[in-house]
Amino acid sequence: MHNLTIAELVKGLQNKTFSSQELTQQTLDRIHAVDPTFNSFISVSDERALQQAKAADALLAKGDAPTLCGVPIAQKDIFCTNGTLTTCGSKMLHNFVPPYDATVVDNYNAAGAVMVGKTNMDEFAMGSSNETSFFGSVKNPWDTNCVPGGSSGGSAAAVAAQLVAGATATDTGGSIRQPAALCGITGLKPTYGRVSRWGMIAFASSLDQAGTMTRTAEDAAIMLQTMASYDSKDSTCVDHPIDDYRASLNNSIEGLTIGLPKEYFGEGLDPGTQARVEEAIKQFESMGAKVKEISLPHSSLSVPAYYVIAPAECSANLSRFDGVRYGHRCENPADLEDLYKRSRGEGFGDEVKRRILVGAYALSAGYYDAYYNKAQKVRRLIKQDFVDAFKDVDVIMGPTSPTPAFEFGSKSDDPIAMYLEDIYTIATNLAGLPGMSIPCGLVGDKPVGLQLIGNYFNEAKLLNVAHQFQQATHFHTLAPQFLKGDK
Amino acid sequence: MEPSEIQKLANLAMLDINEETAKETASSITDVLALIDQLQAADTDGVAPMAHPLDAVQVLRADNITESDQRDTLMTVAPQTDSGLFLVPKVVE
Repeated sequence: MHNLTIAELVKGLQNKTFSSQELTQQTLDRIHAVDPTFNSFISVSDERALQQAKAADALLAKGDAPTLCGVPIAQKDIFCTNGTLTTCGSKMLHNFVPPYDATVVDNYNAAGAVMVGKTNMDEFAMGSSNETSFFGSVKNPWDTNCVPGGSSGGSAAAVAAQLVAGATATDTGGSIRQPAALCGITGLKPTYGRVSRWGMIAFASSLDQAGTMTRTAEDAAIMLQTMASYDSKDSTCVDHPIDDYRASLNNSIEGLTIGLPKEYFGEGLDPGTQARVEEAIKQFESMGAKVKEISLPHSSLSVPAYYVIAPAECSANLSRFDGVRYGHRCENPADLEDLYKRSRGEGFGDEVKRRILVGAYALSAGYYDAYYNKAQKVRRLIKQDFVDAFKDVDVIMGPTSPTPAFEFGSKSDDPIAMYLEDIYTIATNLAGLPGMSIPCGLVGDKPVGLQLIGNYFNEAKLLNVAHQFQQATHFHTLAPQFLKGDK
Repeated sequence: MEPSEIQKLANLAMLDINEETAKETASSITDVLALIDQLQAADTDGVAPMAHPLDAVQVLRADNITESDQRDTLMTVAPQTDSGLFLVPKVVE
């Protein structure tokens, strides 16, 4: 059953081919058997999951079950889950059991989904390799010597290893799309404000957005339908009509205009990755799409702008971790200042500290205009590039990541090399646009991701385009070697 | 950036870091600052800073009570409490 998609699981449950309790028990058993190799879960919620499955079976028996009734999914460990450990990949929250559910979790509960556990991630979502997690790195199911990408590496690996059919994730600079690319699955980051951030532990509030990890675009449509909601508890959430994402999946893409930014095909792009992306574009052309070269002239400034804005917002957001109200507290503090400093010094890892320090520097007196304000102005220029481009094209495409999955340790000592992993994904966050990554083939034995960028609130178009590609190609059905012959 | 400057920043950010970390951080932060200095070359004259991608403004609501008191529940996650208060080391002599 583990190779079934969400759409197939929904059908199987509603037709009573299997019960949610059978499915959930099998999912849990498989996680316990397989996941020690990959470490994609920080915690597995056997008891909670089986209770939810039992309740789901009761609803299914009555015949009025909600959309995801009885389907096992995983939540990234950045979403607060009432009564279930929520660590954000940090020692700071190693003991944090939230007294409430995030809105995203509420929405999944209302849809009848079964939460089997919380997925591993870079500490406070800061990283592109999952090497900064306090709970150990996640191994890429395609090659356990390689990283799964990050920060949502646990969600990506869990879906790629077919431990779950879908998982939630978050994306601040590429944290859904890059791990989806490196693990050969479908990742969707919606428009900023489409999904509520309430109860999602904040990293950079003006960039953070929750989305989905699945094997198919159809499943992403089903999950987004559940996640998207206007929420008055998140003041940055946008009250915009929610499309029926499945309704347009089968629309023809004849006449679709695809923009290819010349800046996304330059120096630093692995030739194998470039070849797979270009083949995918040719596939779209054969399906009736037109291709147009475009320019996003401020692209080279997106990484520098991001590494001012994200650390600045992180340093403000992470000031809440003080060892007083929740989270890690140091032993025997001499005084209040010692309590703050040692609790934070012991609770945060190196990358988190580095970003807090960069952020504190960028926001400090005398530097605010030169750094934060300047970056916010550049951000508008980057957004304007996209606004101009979307006057002529329907969708923008390019590589998700400059290379396929890389080996552990190969970039962890060089923050700049790690930051450049997100060179093609960061601009989308700065502009607040929706983006996806879908599998488009292999380089050697490692998957490559094709990135799709859409206009504001045009998730339905992205999903339609991705779905049509997946109807015509088999790349999304490719699975890691260890799953071969495993049914 | 010098390790002493890192220590000063760490102090402002209420982070305890040892000498070794300060030294390592000084060199990596110098690289990060060089990266973000590329922004200075951009012509941003007359460009307004962008805080929300859709330029949304702060949502306000009527000042009505909407939440019930959950003090005890919310304090269950605190490291040390007493009679509904968070405990910290003595601040005033």
